[in-house]
Amino acid sequence: MSVPAELGYTSEHEWVAISDGVATVGITEYAAEALGDIVYVEPPEVGATVAAGDTCGEVESTKSVSDIYSPVNGEVVEVNPTAVGDPAIIGEDPYGQGWLFKVELAEEPTDLLTPEQYTQLTEGEG
Amino acid sequence: MTEPTTRTTPLHEVHERLGATMVDFAGWAMPLRYGSETAEHKAVREAAGLFDLSHMGEIHVAGPQAAEALDYALVGHLSAVTVGRARYTMITDADGGVLDDLIVYRLAGEEFLVVANAANTAVVAAALRERAAGLDAEISDESADYALIAIQGPRAAEILAPLTDADLDTIKYYAGYRHTVAGQPVLLARTGYTGEDGFEIFLRPGDQAPAVWEALVAAGRPHGLLPAGLSARDTLRLEAGMPLYGNELSTDVTPYEAGLGRVVKLDKPGDFVGRAALAARAESGPVRKLVGLVGRGRRVPRQGYAVMRDDQQVGTVTSGAPSPTLGKPVAVAYVDADVDTASGTFAVDVRGRAEVVDLVELPFYRRER
Repeated sequence: MSVPAELGYTSEHEWVAISDGVATVGITEYAAEALGDIVYVEPPEVGATVAAGDTCGEVESTKSVSDIYSPVNGEVVEVNPTAVGDPAIIGEDPYGQGWLFKVELAEEPTDLLTPEQYTQLTEGEG
Repeated sequence: MTEPTTRTTPLHEVHERLGATMVDFAGWAMPLRYGSETAEHKAVREAAGLFDLSHMGEIHVAGPQAAEALDYALVGHLSAVTVGRARYTMITDADGGVLDDLIVYRLAGEEFLVVANAANTAVVAAALRERAAGLDAEISDESADYALIAIQGPRAAEILAPLTDADLDTIKYYAGYRHTVAGQPVLLARTGYTGEDGFEIFLRPGDQAPAVWEALVAAGRPHGLLPAGLSARDTLRLEAGMPLYGNELSTDVTPYEAGLGRVVKLDKPGDFVGRAALAARAESGPVRKLVGLVGRGRRVPRQGYAVMRDDQQVGTVTSGAPSPTLGKPVAVAYVDADVDTASGTFAVDVRGRAEVVDLVELPFYRRER
């Protein structure tokens, strides 16, 4: 299972990449694996204000549906049209083309998990 | 992660080697999917899929009064079944509530094989014993001794033919005979739960199941066969409009609610458990009815979600999934029997948001013959 070293993580299985005050958010490979074939994704809308820990969208697979939680505080500035149009890409490339949305940060998040912490978490769940 | 008490099938090591995602199902560690469940579903629709169904229950009913015992214990007319044929039937409680749906094979004049759902096998075996009391028929739960492999799909017969001594053209739908597959003695039945042509292969004992599985995989790969898990099995049966115990079927409904009143043989000779209640329900009509729903959007109605007609709740979803064949969400739901399904706007409350659905005739999918 891949847990890229340069990303931050949440206990809700999102990953976060921060660059120039903008956070790119997706779901982890672990989450995508657990979901199975993803058939539908609903990211938050551009312009929406999101708060860390709040639900802001959903990911649906054959067997189940999961909420997407925002890992950060800020305003949604972009959603990934590729993932919305072809949700399978989220499972195929969760850390790349399968990103979900971008948030202009209201503040730097301080409580993201490190790759080591996240790996430990998934091993506990697995 | 499987609990220490979880039972494993004779194919467990095969699943692990294939990297299956395993799931606890009715106390059994079963493959949920091997890779993409959508690909597995499509393989069954377009070529073939191979399933481990060894969790299913196999109960033998044998003796001079075996047929009589089953006529009394079940809603079907089993004594009328000829040797080598099978029936889809049900066992109900005295109130007509469904305890399980079953396939019963007549193996010999005085020997039947009752195939029950894994979660209900103990209940069915106990009920059969109780109902056969005083009759010359022995009930034995042989589930632990059996492995069950299903090969399903339009190319199933073509894949199986070179591996069996059976002339598959002579095996009708809902028939089962003793044959060999990959050199092993089996009960070979033309039954299934996918809406496709296919076969179920009962092995007893089950220890040769891996060899039979590998032979079928080797023969099937060039035809596009894939091992398929419970996830694909569920979407396949849902598309084919087949009920699942615990979803469409339970002790809260009679076969009439499930649209399966035809399995209740009220005119068979003799009494049977549930007869009075079922006769009354046949007379009064079902209190609920099963309907098919097709979503217009992409959010999926799932089990337990409310069905609304013009903003009034009229029913509840029992099963729902994104249909790989239709490319849309499909669901079945119980609605009150008096609901006018021919007019009005129907929707399902999908986590607080109404998703408009169209009511359709079941099944969602019917294979071309």
